[in-house]
Amino acid sequence: MIDILEGRKNQVIEKGSCEEGVIECGKASLAGSVSQRACVFCGSRVVLYPIADALHLIHGPIGCAAYTWDIRGSLSSGPELHRMSFSTDLRENDVIFGGAKKLYNALTELIEEYNPKAAFVYSTCIVGLIGDDVDAVCRKVGAEAGIPVIPVQSEGFRGTKKDGYKAACDALSVLVGTDNETPVSCESINILGDFNIAGETWIIKNYYERMGVEVVSCITGDGRVDEIRKAHRAALNVVQCSGSMTALAKSMEIEYGIPFIRVSYFGLEDMASALYDVAGHFKNPDITKRTEELVSLEAGKIIPEIERYRKALAGKRAAIYVGGSFKAFSLVKALRHLGMVTAIVGSQTGNPEDYKFLKEICDDGTLIVDDTNPLELSAFMAEKNVDLLIGGVKERPIAYKMGVAFCDHNHERKEPLAGFSGMLNFCREVYASVMSPVWKFTPGRKRL
Amino acid sequence: MEIHSGKEKVMNKNFTAARNACKLCSPLGASIVFRGIKGCVPLVHGSQGCSTYIRRYVISHFREPIDIASSNFSETSAIFGGAQNLKTAIQNVSRQYSPEVIGVASTCLSETIGDDVTRIVREISADSSGNGGPAIIPVSTPSYKGTHMDGFHAAVKAAVETLVIKGRCAPGPGKSKGGKKRVNILPGFVSPADLRTLREITGDFGLDCTILPDYSETLDGESWATYQKIPSGGTSLDEIRAMGKSDLTIEFGESLKGKDTAAGYLLNHCGVEFRNIPLPIGIEGTDVFFNILSELSGMSVPGKYTAQRGRLVDSYADGHKTVFEKRVILCGDEDLTLGIEGFVKEIGLLPLISATGALSEEMTGDMDYVSILDYVKDGPADLVIGPSKAYFISRKLGIPLVRTGFPVHDRIGGQRIRHLGYGGTQELFDRIVNALLEAKQENSPVGYSYL
Repeated sequence: MIDILEGRKNQVIEKGSCEEGVIECGKASLAGSVSQRACVFCGSRVVLYPIADALHLIHGPIGCAAYTWDIRGSLSSGPELHRMSFSTDLRENDVIFGGAKKLYNALTELIEEYNPKAAFVYSTCIVGLIGDDVDAVCRKVGAEAGIPVIPVQSEGFRGTKKDGYKAACDALSVLVGTDNETPVSCESINILGDFNIAGETWIIKNYYERMGVEVVSCITGDGRVDEIRKAHRAALNVVQCSGSMTALAKSMEIEYGIPFIRVSYFGLEDMASALYDVAGHFKNPDITKRTEELVSLEAGKIIPEIERYRKALAGKRAAIYVGGSFKAFSLVKALRHLGMVTAIVGSQTGNPEDYKFLKEICDDGTLIVDDTNPLELSAFMAEKNVDLLIGGVKERPIAYKMGVAFCDHNHERKEPLAGFSGMLNFCREVYASVMSPVWKFTPGRKRL
Repeated sequence: MEIHSGKEKVMNKNFTAARNACKLCSPLGASIVFRGIKGCVPLVHGSQGCSTYIRRYVISHFREPIDIASSNFSETSAIFGGAQNLKTAIQNVSRQYSPEVIGVASTCLSETIGDDVTRIVREISADSSGNGGPAIIPVSTPSYKGTHMDGFHAAVKAAVETLVIKGRCAPGPGKSKGGKKRVNILPGFVSPADLRTLREITGDFGLDCTILPDYSETLDGESWATYQKIPSGGTSLDEIRAMGKSDLTIEFGESLKGKDTAAGYLLNHCGVEFRNIPLPIGIEGTDVFFNILSELSGMSVPGKYTAQRGRLVDSYADGHKTVFEKRVILCGDEDLTLGIEGFVKEIGLLPLISATGALSEEMTGDMDYVSILDYVKDGPADLVIGPSKAYFISRKLGIPLVRTGFPVHDRIGGQRIRHLGYGGTQELFDRIVNALLEAKQENSPVGYSYL
């Protein structure tokens, strides 16, 4: 019997079991549980991180900046200011006497030195408590420097990572709509929620351009301030990683009347659907034709090699634990394409609709978990006898200690997994880890 | 450029902001210490992000599961105080992990709202006394004060203060069982491989040894047959309780001299004498350590180590020309960097700068990686020695980086890098010489295969 903390029992369900109920989610993590979640600041920081020509200044003691230095594998085709870690490095005296002056000096010096197109100022936990008027400092420096200086209200304790996504979207809204000059095509989109991990945005952008659709802004992936300014004039918002960017898409729908669709770029099926959905929106036969050609060409390139992996991997069992549940949907389907069974699937931040959909696409016997922790996850993995775990850095050692293969699907990875070529990388990585001969030495696997 | 001994102060940090910090926050250091106590689960009293970020950062170095619980502050706890959250957290950790010890580290958040973790923990301990609940070690680690190393040393001291049985014991032999002498070693933040080296050395001198913390197994463990809630290994509660009965405490780290440390506590409350020495790196640095062990045990240095020392001297002769007057940038944690500085001077390397993020009396303190780079950019520099975050400098200057200390996020085996003793120095020396040879070879138009 797996020991689940009392307050968490309804956050785990098994599809098709007689006790199967409705999963609880969206709750704060229990005090004392080792949640894999992070905080509000983390949510804001990861979303805005890839905007490469902006200054990102973290207002607080050193930890929050130090732990997020170079944390994402988000690439830039030009400036790399986003890869620098700037902190006001608040000390005891600043906490006692206030950090506003230090923030002002830090911002002014950094803007002078690095000449950014905009600056984001992230508030960490103690900033709200010590009463710094961050908005006022940002307004003042913005006026003096002549660039947007945007406060991000990301105090860690004010909710969950999702609230951090919201704060990031609010900050982006300040920039969106400030360029009404640059011409934009009527068959145009914004890519929302792709972070150009290992160059993924470039892969996706290339597909859209080949279809004949103009990409006005990628907002975050290889992001540029000037692109975000004109994003409100695109015809359609295409939202991936819906947890993080739906708030921005919704606000742009209300404010500028831009409709949005949710897509995923992971796996053959979802990648193809994303392109067809966008083509479908424009109802232009030329675009549709080019899309069909593109899908057939790109899928054709990778299917033969995937077949080879499928033969080796068919029947193997997988666990998925990722941040957002939309990615989990794609992974369940991608694994099915490889003939693999998803035995456990969960996310840090899924909502009731997400879990309902997840239940629909999973087989009977699949465990669905919300906001799990290492002890539970390892016990579920042993119970379900999985061959593979898909997760992030924090989950990796859990898998390896148990002699289980692992695929990194988090934002630190350096391999593109999106798009058709990304699907091939994904299959190669799963194959390389599951089929490695090293597991025969691990006591965890020998036991099974 | 002028060559600095490292002790001269070079204040080159003209920016108010930290740019690519050369330090981490104090709860991280405390969490490492708690992971080195047997049966202990660290609990960070703050936002969920504090523990998650620390876990992620530490996992990327040690490549081990690192469970650190969080009291998971909410807006309400920030307003009304986090005591209730902390109590619930301790209950839930106790239920899920059945730990022998819970180490509670505070954060900037809990300290700023005025939560006193020591007082809260005392109340909880009073409630649960007699229930066989875990021992709880509270430590104050506000991230706006000091660095991860301050958190590390504060947690060592808190463990000793909380657990050690006070009272003076007559000094001299016979206090340890079997008449063996016992030594406490407070090594600071060294690698699991270093901790294993220290245990081997003291064992070879016939000494019993309490190392606090000892994460040699917990942060560099074997592959598991079944998932372990708390990895085996660590300094046991009984060992910590008995530290007041040891014959001597050896505390590594010049930065701790004159500070209120665990070693001082053991002297003042239990009468255990202590010696503060630099980290035993290099021949001279290691000699100091071996002489103390020799004196304490009454044994001359075992042949195994005189041979190690001899081979090290022999290799110094083999490699001396490659390193002589090469200009090196040293950076990282204060005490490790100071230890390495002593060693590199011993072999004829010239430190261009010896820098750390901490405020320091001994070296260029309060630095970050961009300031270090600004300082050395006119070089010429030949080599960087420091943690993998110093790759930022190495890449910009196009010179090799010899990875030491923590974190090593861009290579496997950071937990197995040895720095200490003649053996650890040998490994460092070989890596330094080879890094310089490799750079020479790579940059050579000829590409000789003999060097």
